[in-house]
Amino acid sequence: MADTHDVYTNPLRDPLDQRLPRVAGPCGIALSGVTGDLSRKKVMPALYDLANRGLLPPGFGLTGFARRDWADQDFAQIVHDSVREHARTPFREEVWRQLAEGIRFVAGDLADPEAYQRLKAVVAELDASRGTGGNHAFYLSIPPGLFPVVLEHLKSSGLAENEPGSWRRVVIEKPFGHDLTSARELNRIVDQVFDASSVFRIDHYLGKETVQNILAVRFANTMYEPLWNANYVDNVQITMAEDIGIGGRAGYYDGIGAARDVIQNHLLQLLALTAMEEPLSFAADDVRAEKEKVLRAVKLPRELGKHTSRGQYANGWQGGVPVVGYLEEQGIDPHSTTETYAAIRVDIENRRWAGVPFYLRTGKRLGRRVTEVAVVFKRAPHLPFAKTAVEELSNNAFVFRIQPDEGITVRFGSKVPNTSTVQVRDVTMDFQYGESFVDSSPEAYERLILDVLLGDPPLFPRHEEVELGWQVLDPVLDYWAANGAPEQYASGGWGPASSYDMIARDGRTWRRP
Amino acid sequence: MTVRLEDTSGSAVAAAIAAERHRMGSPATGMVLTLLILTDEEYQADATAAAVSAARQHPMRIVTLIPRPSKHEARLDAEIAVGGDDGPGEVAVLRLRGQLAEHANSVAIPLLLSDTPVVAFWPEGAPLLPEDDPIGRHAQRRITDSASAEDVDRALADRAAGYRPGDSDLAWTRLTPWRSVLASALDQPNATITAASVAAEEGNASSVLLASWLHRRLKVPVTRSTSAGPGITEVRLTTEAGDIAVSRTDGVTAILSRPGVPDSRVALPRRDLAELLAEDLRRLDPDEVYGDVIGHLV
Repeated sequence: MADTHDVYTNPLRDPLDQRLPRVAGPCGIALSGVTGDLSRKKVMPALYDLANRGLLPPGFGLTGFARRDWADQDFAQIVHDSVREHARTPFREEVWRQLAEGIRFVAGDLADPEAYQRLKAVVAELDASRGTGGNHAFYLSIPPGLFPVVLEHLKSSGLAENEPGSWRRVVIEKPFGHDLTSARELNRIVDQVFDASSVFRIDHYLGKETVQNILAVRFANTMYEPLWNANYVDNVQITMAEDIGIGGRAGYYDGIGAARDVIQNHLLQLLALTAMEEPLSFAADDVRAEKEKVLRAVKLPRELGKHTSRGQYANGWQGGVPVVGYLEEQGIDPHSTTETYAAIRVDIENRRWAGVPFYLRTGKRLGRRVTEVAVVFKRAPHLPFAKTAVEELSNNAFVFRIQPDEGITVRFGSKVPNTSTVQVRDVTMDFQYGESFVDSSPEAYERLILDVLLGDPPLFPRHEEVELGWQVLDPVLDYWAANGAPEQYASGGWGPASSYDMIARDGRTWRRP
Repeated sequence: MTVRLEDTSGSAVAAAIAAERHRMGSPATGMVLTLLILTDEEYQADATAAAVSAARQHPMRIVTLIPRPSKHEARLDAEIAVGGDDGPGEVAVLRLRGQLAEHANSVAIPLLLSDTPVVAFWPEGAPLLPEDDPIGRHAQRRITDSASAEDVDRALADRAAGYRPGDSDLAWTRLTPWRSVLASALDQPNATITAASVAAEEGNASSVLLASWLHRRLKVPVTRSTSAGPGITEVRLTTEAGDIAVSRTDGVTAILSRPGVPDSRVALPRRDLAELLAEDLRRLDPDEVYGDVIGHLV
C-alpha cells in the first residue's frame, strides 16, 4: 500500500498479531573466517536454525570469503556439514535447499583489494538474483589483528556504503582490544568506516535467554527487588568456570589470559545486569544508559595484591583423566606468565551497593563447567532457635544459573522432618528454564544474528561499555604484569590457594558452584 | 509406566499422579499449565500423543476426558502416566461411563493444577459456546479445530457466532507460516495491491480464514478458488507492478515470486498436531487478530 507519507507500513503486520514472528527483511551475510571453529560450530548452524524456524527472509544470501580455491558448491558443502553436525533443530531437506540457493563463495586474501571487488560483485549479484535489497552484514570472524586491514578495504571498495533505504552492518567478535588504549584504537578504526548504530559487537553471553531473564526476573517481579541492595545482600559471586584447558587455542590465548578473555566482557556485563538500576524502558539506549552508569561506579580495592588472585593450571587429574599443565601445552611458552585463572573483588560505589563486594572469578580446568551469578544474602539478624538447631543453616542465596541447565536456584533454610528437636538446614528450590518454557532455548547466536539482521541492538555492548570494562581491568593487569608468575593450581579443583585467601580476608567463602 | 485405576474418582486420580511422582523421586514439578482434552475414542489417542509431544515445550498435566454415555451405572476408569521417555508431562486418560458422561466437569476439577493456566481442547466437534461449556469455563484458552468438521463452512459460522476472547482454532494456527511468508514479502515497499486470491483444496477451513485475514488487512477484494491441494496451494496478491505470489503444490516447499525479483524457494511444510498445539500454548492471552478475522469471514 503506497503511503502518502514517506514511511511505509506493512499492511500485513499488526502489533496485536502475536503469532507472526519477527522475520529479518531482505538481506545477506558475508562471512569471513569461514574455516574457524566459531563459524562452523556456531554461526552456520545458527543461520540454518533461523531458516528452519522461518525467521530468515526468502532469498537470504550467505557469502563465504576466504583464501581457498573453492567454488560456491564447495563452500555450500562446508556449510552443509557444519549444519548436519551442529544445528540445534532437525535437518530438513527443504529448509536446506532454501538456504543453499543463496550460498556464494568469494576466494581471496583478506589483504587483497581485488578480492573486495569480487565480493562487491557477488553482493550486487545477490541483490539482483535474490532480492537482498542492498542490505548486507559483514561478519568478521577473524583474528583482531586483521580488523584494521579488512575494515580499510571494506571502506575503500565501497562495500561499507549503503544506498538510501538499505543498510550495511559489521559484526565483530571479542576480544575488543587487549587494554583500554588498544580498545580505543580499534573503536576509532571501526567508527571511521561504520557509524555506531551499524556496529554489532557479539558477546554471545548476552544472547543467552537467561541473561535476558536476569532483567525479566528483577524488573517484572515484586518479590526480589526490595531485597536487591546493601541492606539485605552480603556479597555477589559471579563465576564462569570451564573444565577444559586451552585446547587448540594456544595462539589466541597465550598473552591474553583469563581476565582479558572473560572478566573484561562477560563477567562485567553480568555484573552490570545484576547491579544496574531499573532502565526507563527496554529500549537499547535506556538499558545501556543504566549499564554504563553502574560500570562507572565500579571501583577496585586499593591493595590489589590482597583482593585479586591469578593462577595457571598445573598438570594433574581432572574428572578421572590425566591432564597436562598450562606450561606444558603445545604452543605455549614454558615461561609464559599468562593466567588461566583470575579472580577479582570490585565494589560498586552507589547507595544501593555500598559495602557489598562483588567477586568475579573465571578459570580453565576447574571442577566443572558452570556459569552463574549468585546473590548471597545476609544472615537473619536474630535466630530464635537453639544454636544447635541452625548449625547447618548458611546464608540464603539467589542464583541465576546461566550454563549449563539454565535456570534459577534459591537456597533457603527449612526444617528437617522427623527430628525430635527443631533442626534447620539449607535446601534449594530449582527452576529449570529449559524445562518450563521451551525444550531447548534458542542458541545465543541465533538470537544475536537475528538481532543484527533486524537492526535491533539492545543485546550488544556499545564501545563505551567495552572501554569501561578495560578501565576497570587495566590496573589489575598492570599490577599482575609487575608481579611475576601466576601461582600454579591443581587441575580439576576450584583455583589457586590465593583465591581462597582473598575471599577469606573479607570473612567470606566461595560458593561451590 | 502406565497405571490403571478402575471404578475410581477424580481425587483418587490426582492422588495417584502425586504418588507416582514421589515413587519416581521427583515430587516437585515444573508444570506450567493443565490441558483438558474433551474427545471420543476415535480421536483420543492422536490428541493425547500430540499433547504429550507438545509437553516437551510446555511441561503440563494432560487430562483426556472421554465421555462414554450408556444406560449402565456411572463409573470412572483411568490410565495415568508420569514423566518417562515420552516427555516431562503428566497424562491422565479418563473414561467417563454411564451417567458420569454428563459430568466431566466434576472429574476435571480435582485434577486442575493450582494457580496455573488451564487450556481446553476439542480435537473434533466443539460446543457452540466454548466459553460457557462446563469444561471450557475453567479455561482461559479454548482450542477448537474447524478442519475436523464435515461441513467446515458451518463449523466456521458456529465458531464466529460463539466466539469469545480466549477462543482459538487450529485452522487459524495452521496459517502462521503462510501469513509469515506473506508478511515478509510485503516488508519492502511495493506497488499498491488491488486484489488478492487464495487457492486451496475443497473444504479447507484455513483458506477461508486466510482470505478473510487478507481482506481485513489489505482492504481489497479477495477471491477463493478450489485446487487439487494439498491444503492451501497458492496466494496471489495483484499489484499495479505485477503479482506477488506464493505457490506451494507439494505441501512442502513454496515458490515466492515478486515483480522484478527472481523467484525464491521457501520451506513451508505442513505441520503436525503436536507442533500446532505447541504454537497455540505459547501465548495464553486472547488472540485478538483471530477474533477479528473470525468475526469478518468472507
